[in-house]
Amino acid sequence: MTAWAVFLRDLRLAQRRRADTLAAAIFFVIVASLFPLALGADPAWLRRLGPGVVWVAALLASMLSMPRLFADDAVDGTLEQMLLSPTPLPLIVLAKVGAHWLASGLLLSLAAPVLALQYGLDGPAIGMLVLTLLLGTPVLSLVGAIGAALTVGVRGAAVLLSLLVLPLVTPVLIFGAGAVEAVAGGMDSGGHFSLLGAILVAAAFLAPWAAAAALRISLD
Amino acid sequence: MTRINWFYYAAPARFYGLAGKLVPWCAAAAVVLGLWGLWIGLVVAPTDFQQRDSYRIIFIHVPASWMSMVLYVAMAFWSAIGLIFNARLAAMLAQAIAPTGALMTFLSLWTGALWGKPTWGTWWVWDARLTSELLLLFLYIGYMSLRAAIDDERRADRASAVLAIVGVVNVPIIYFSVQWWNTLHQGASVSVSKAPTMAAIMLQGMLVMALAMWAYAFAVVFARVRLIIREREQGAAWVRELRPAGALP
Amino acid sequence: MTPYWASVSDFLAMGGYGLYVWGSFGVTALALAMELAALRARRRQLEDEA
Repeated sequence: MTAWAVFLRDLRLAQRRRADTLAAAIFFVIVASLFPLALGADPAWLRRLGPGVVWVAALLASMLSMPRLFADDAVDGTLEQMLLSPTPLPLIVLAKVGAHWLASGLLLSLAAPVLALQYGLDGPAIGMLVLTLLLGTPVLSLVGAIGAALTVGVRGAAVLLSLLVLPLVTPVLIFGAGAVEAVAGGMDSGGHFSLLGAILVAAAFLAPWAAAAALRISLD
Repeated sequence: MTRINWFYYAAPARFYGLAGKLVPWCAAAAVVLGLWGLWIGLVVAPTDFQQRDSYRIIFIHVPASWMSMVLYVAMAFWSAIGLIFNARLAAMLAQAIAPTGALMTFLSLWTGALWGKPTWGTWWVWDARLTSELLLLFLYIGYMSLRAAIDDERRADRASAVLAIVGVVNVPIIYFSVQWWNTLHQGASVSVSKAPTMAAIMLQGMLVMALAMWAYAFAVVFARVRLIIREREQGAAWVRELRPAGALP
Repeated sequence: MTPYWASVSDFLAMGGYGLYVWGSFGVTALALAMELAALRARRRQLEDEA
């Protein structure tokens, strides 16, 4: 099977299981809506909280959707086929992560403006929020793939995956939320943004290798 | 010159014996250095001009922080060796290091908090280094949780090895990002782990305590790896012949 | 290498910071002791099973 075939297959499967895809997005919205209830709804306060809250909610929603990257394929034997295929495993991983991101991270990034409005963020801040999420959620999917590969078939994989991945992606959170806060405060966000981009490039190159190694370890 | 067999002690059975001989020496060194370091830090060293006697906490805080980082790198190093050479013993060493590393990280955080309270007025400050230590603790816990969740020992070895290596690559990035975040949000003035300008005696005390912690870590890790070897090699003849002995402090 | 403190009570008071200093050294000692105890318990369990 070619990487492209895997990519299309995963997209088709995600489309058939729309409920799973939407559930993560709905979780995203619910979590972001909880914070004002807990912390108070003063507009100035919310405007300060907004970028961070939306980013943390995106992080958690991404973690929730990660296990299904490999879980279903592991159960029906497709994953073993992928390990045996002549196509390099990192490439297959990249294809799966790409399809997964289109059905999760991308959705979150596009849903974010709605939440941003709830927090009273203005136009430029909303734009930066979407942009940073578009750059950051792929990193979450890539690093999350390593966690998913390590925990295939393990008891309590979902929570364990979050435990393993969340500390590793804190830089993404820092630079992503930081960029939005900078824009909201009228400051320059170039530094945050470039670092986020650099992290994405590094993750795109390195994570598939690590995830592929982890898959072989999990399935041999 | 005879060829050195680098892998002579890679056999668990041989390393078991070697570690057994080393544990008492490391333990003794830890005790001697520890008493000496405590004598310097708690009894002899003068008080600090700015922080008064609360500064004495650095005699634990700094060595514990150093050890937490050194042990993580060591854990990642042995994990990598275990993966590359498919060496069980290297994986067992990594397994043995984790709990001690986590403990050192916890002590770094605890003493950091107790140092921050009199100095800055709060039990927890989101100081760059303390925050990074907190994330390091999460990395240790993640490593141990992953090991615990996987029943197959060899799969656990390899999976946690990948995690440790990914972690060690990530640690500088995490540290850098937290530093960045901290300088933006709090300013560089709030730094719990900034030691007072050191009189020579204070520096001496800190170094002695650091060596004491190092010796302690060696002793404990070697003792633990011996237990792990016995647990995991239970089927082997040499284990069955062992009398209930083994050096432990 | 003469002691800095004038008396034992001064030493224990640590210039008013006794709570923090002894809280640090005390918890450290406790934690290390617990680690050693855990190792001992693990060894005992191993020998009981063998």
